[in-house]
Amino acid sequence: MVGLAAKPYERTTTVVTAELERHTYDVVVIGAGGAGLRAAIEARSQGKRTAIVCKSLFGKAHTVMAEGGIAASMGNVNEHDNWQVHFRDTMRGGKFMNSWRMAELHAKEAPQRVWELETYGALFDRTPEGKISQRNFGGHEYPRLAHVGDRTGLELIRTLQQKIVSLQQEDFRASGDYESHIKVFAECTMTRLLKDKSGAMAGAFGYWRETGRFVVFEAPAVILATGGIGKSFKVTSNSWEYTGDGHALAMLAGGTTINMEFIQFHPTGMVWPPSVKGILVTESVRGDGGVLRNSEGKRFMFDYIPAVFKDQYAKSEDEADRWYTDPEHNKRPPELLPRDEVARSINSEVKAGRGSPHGGVFLDVSTRLPAEVIRKKLPSMYHQFMELADVDITAAPMEVGPTCHYVMGGVEVDPDTAAAVVPGLFAIGEVSGGMHGSNRLGGNSLGDLLVFGRRAGLGAADYIDKLGGAHPKVVDQIIDAAAAEALAPFREEGGENPYTLHMELQQTMNDLVGIIRTESEMTEALGRLEALKVRAANITVEGHRQFNPGWHLALDLRNMLIVSECVARAALLRQESRGGHTRDDFPQMSAEWRKVNLVCRVDENGVSIARQPLVPMRPDLLDLFEVDELEKYLTEDELPGGGH
Amino acid sequence: MATTGIDTPGRAQVGVKTLRQDAWWIQPALVVLGLTAFVAYGIWRVFWGSHTYYSAPYISIFYSPCIASSCVPGADEFAFIGSWWAWTPALLVAWIPLGFRLTCYYYRKAYFRSYWLSPPACAVAEPRKNYTGERRFPLILNNSHRWFFYLGLLLALILTYDAVLAFRDPQGQWGHMGLGTVLLIINAFCLWAYTLSCHSCRNTIAGRLNHFSKHPVRYRMWTIVSRWNRHHPKWAWISLATIVIADYYVYLLASGHLTDPRFF
Amino acid sequence: MAYTAHFKVWRGDGSGGALQDFDVEVNEGEVVLDIIHRLQATQTPDLAVRWNCKAGKCGSCSAEINGRPRLMCMTRMSTFTEEQTIAVTPMRTFPVIRDLVTDVSYNYEKARMVPSFAPPADLAPGDYRMAQVDVERSQEFRKCIECFLCQDVCHVIRDHEPNKESYSGPRFLIRLAELDMHPLDTVDRRDVAVEDHGLGFCNITKCCTEVCPEGIKITDNGIIPLKERVVDKRYDPVFSVGSLFRKGQKRSAPPT
Repeated sequence: MVGLAAKPYERTTTVVTAELERHTYDVVVIGAGGAGLRAAIEARSQGKRTAIVCKSLFGKAHTVMAEGGIAASMGNVNEHDNWQVHFRDTMRGGKFMNSWRMAELHAKEAPQRVWELETYGALFDRTPEGKISQRNFGGHEYPRLAHVGDRTGLELIRTLQQKIVSLQQEDFRASGDYESHIKVFAECTMTRLLKDKSGAMAGAFGYWRETGRFVVFEAPAVILATGGIGKSFKVTSNSWEYTGDGHALAMLAGGTTINMEFIQFHPTGMVWPPSVKGILVTESVRGDGGVLRNSEGKRFMFDYIPAVFKDQYAKSEDEADRWYTDPEHNKRPPELLPRDEVARSINSEVKAGRGSPHGGVFLDVSTRLPAEVIRKKLPSMYHQFMELADVDITAAPMEVGPTCHYVMGGVEVDPDTAAAVVPGLFAIGEVSGGMHGSNRLGGNSLGDLLVFGRRAGLGAADYIDKLGGAHPKVVDQIIDAAAAEALAPFREEGGENPYTLHMELQQTMNDLVGIIRTESEMTEALGRLEALKVRAANITVEGHRQFNPGWHLALDLRNMLIVSECVARAALLRQESRGGHTRDDFPQMSAEWRKVNLVCRVDENGVSIARQPLVPMRPDLLDLFEVDELEKYLTEDELPGGGH
Repeated sequence: MATTGIDTPGRAQVGVKTLRQDAWWIQPALVVLGLTAFVAYGIWRVFWGSHTYYSAPYISIFYSPCIASSCVPGADEFAFIGSWWAWTPALLVAWIPLGFRLTCYYYRKAYFRSYWLSPPACAVAEPRKNYTGERRFPLILNNSHRWFFYLGLLLALILTYDAVLAFRDPQGQWGHMGLGTVLLIINAFCLWAYTLSCHSCRNTIAGRLNHFSKHPVRYRMWTIVSRWNRHHPKWAWISLATIVIADYYVYLLASGHLTDPRFF
Repeated sequence: MAYTAHFKVWRGDGSGGALQDFDVEVNEGEVVLDIIHRLQATQTPDLAVRWNCKAGKCGSCSAEINGRPRLMCMTRMSTFTEEQTIAVTPMRTFPVIRDLVTDVSYNYEKARMVPSFAPPADLAPGDYRMAQVDVERSQEFRKCIECFLCQDVCHVIRDHEPNKESYSGPRFLIRLAELDMHPLDTVDRRDVAVEDHGLGFCNITKCCTEVCPEGIKITDNGIIPLKERVVDKRYDPVFSVGSLFRKGQKRSAPPT
């Protein structure tokens, strides 16, 4: 073997910054999922030279896993739909913890973002009139999700990928170089954000996965679009990339995250066989007629409709079944409650001993729809169960249970521009916080990517314009420190195995900071995290730097540990149950706690949490709700008219 | 040694042409057997069958339509080529089904895999050093499949006509039927199935359209052809078999080995 | 249910390598990728493998298992006997980077040569109207997860490296077909398909369709219809003369 592969890391050298691979751009987008690509398209369209840096190959981002659709109130299927209704649904879903401004922008702009995708070449399923078809989903009052079968995320990522290619073709015609204005740096992991002396964003540092060589991007604007944190949990629908990189990078650079205690456990993940445990079963199964049953054959969700939702959901099976064909005159089935409710209900059924053989419940579509329709509407679910579990979903029920799916919390941003508190840093998609409050509605994620992806592209362009050419300069010492940090795992021999630490972390988070939480368990979790941090400082990686997954995991562990600690600390502090945060010892929702955001930071003393008041909702938005609904969430003095 | 094949420098050097453990060679071997047997049979019938292709009221598919004036009486309905044609009359028509099948998208797969070994099976390295595909003469002629399809339609019509004529007795009286009639009908049906399930047919019917919604009738036909098209390889083999069976039956009658069982 | 399986995994890089033997535990319901991960966690932590979703949706974990191009995450161990030796190699059509990871940049270069979707200039976003039956054919091709197994198995480039220059492989032929069948696209890509993407190289031996994990009928629904459309234009005088008098003709593709 030749090149880098031949030489194990030389233990005494530090990185000579002069030999580093350096690139200079206007905007660096970290992450090439839906949000990152949409941001890059916008930044490039604003004339900014843009780099997209991603851990995987171009077009493989986690967005491809999204199945159900993009929520946008186009009103193609039900003309009563509009942005106000979508806004209300989003706020209800998030239990009023949402950044109302983000929810407002999202509801207003999502239709345009979807239509825009068609101009890029997306092919959504159609209504009989030839418009984009929209499907029902949990928490959405009307059929609202633009979709392509159950592979909407793939369509989204491919469409954006192909749009970027078309922009590169334009650039090629103009400049003779495909990559003159937008370039993808695939399989390249960023481990540090770089700032200038004033504390403004100046770039990012990382390594090529293929060679292990270091690379520095110098850019005044950095957009984080790195997705979520699911790989800190054992049972998750998330891919290996979801190690909380963006969350950790932002906090290590002085940024803040909010709402980290709110983690969505998707109610329906596969539970069998063990190797696929956690893989998502799309909510469309329920939207299209699938029902949840326990081992006694009972549709148990009727027993779990919470007080705040009791007026919106059907009380009998007959009414629920009528809703699929006549939604005007019937209430929706409780299987379509927001995800947190359904996940908790499944958890309770299993704990009560009414679960399926492998510790889940039954999700049945086989007795509800003809086989032909199932294969047509849910092709990849059919395929997934057939291939991985030997279950024919047209003939038998699926076994499902909750799986860690999405983190509502994320980098604290300005709603209009996606700017984080660090000048020049932006965050969008799952890595940003606020939009979804304490619980995200299905379908609101893909819309979030597009709406705030575009806004971040604009925000970054605007920020650069305001700099007026005075671009922040990277401090070289920071680069040396970043390089030394990245090489640390090669230094020791006989230290900890990164795979073992990762497994222990996942087990800890799953068992102690999972779907149902208590003070004692979380205190124990924090103790274990403390111990893991100590051991992580002593990780040893075998082999060399060329495409070495053990090394990559060792570096990702730093991020997972930081993020896990944020989650655990915030969850311990918040003494109420709301959305993606359920406390066994504080089962009620508290209007007082609703007014508080928990803000997480990292400094030389480690992870810390601070309380920060939530910005009160604008009165005209407050007026969109009935007072008796608001009373369920708000304190008396927050109600319109100051309470009465 | 530098190579440009599966062991091209830079690729993973595995050292063997394939790691497949299954009997991947069975299918190409069967295709070679089947097609070779058919071709041998066809050559025998075309060049050595000029006295055994007609036994009233049945005509062999290899000779139909018999268009030379040298055709035997009763089989010469379409004869328009003069006595100057000295060779077997089969040559005047046999090139049509031959061309149709040679350019057929299914048979191309079959013979490229089995005879050319290009490739012998999926992920099994082919033995040849160079490959230029269907971009040059003669293989570029495979693009003429469309034309053979048109001619194939004509031929299928004529063979249907032959099957209708088979409802006569050997004296030409209508309203009779024998075992040969059944075989010719089956053969004609299978040829229609093969011809209409062809990929060129699928394109012609509506495949070339981008707006099915504006051509509902053609779209409906396209969905039917598409359904049959999935079974095109099956019809390719079945029709090959029915050709042999129907023809050999005519041979047996014409050569006096057999008398036609008559139903009525 | 657990048993010990015998694996041969190719390890090395562009300058050389070999199949290495491993005995590794296998549990019920596992797929080949699980076994590779177990090797990483317990025996060979630096074994390079590319993977993401582990659910057959991202197309990252393409490799050859017992000589057959497959997704490792969708190949169940139950399809092998307990005695069978399982050989795992990287895709053999692309340059290897390390172990099971290959350099698939060929595909991204070819993707850039496909003329992009070009809607009518006067059609505003939100005004697109397309019938479901008109989008279904292209939707089938958009199921493609870009695992590049069809590219890997295609003998045109697998067995003939120089053809990579003038041939784009099944993935991009169906991309061309997808755009050519798009009800609102305005560009004629048929000449491009022949001249830039080497459509004529394909001798429809259908291995691409056999290996497609998404079950896309690459040959029957994509490449052959595209070839037929090329025949419409280039080799069928009756039809191409007729088309001069038809409305709604597409314009030729711009250079890319």
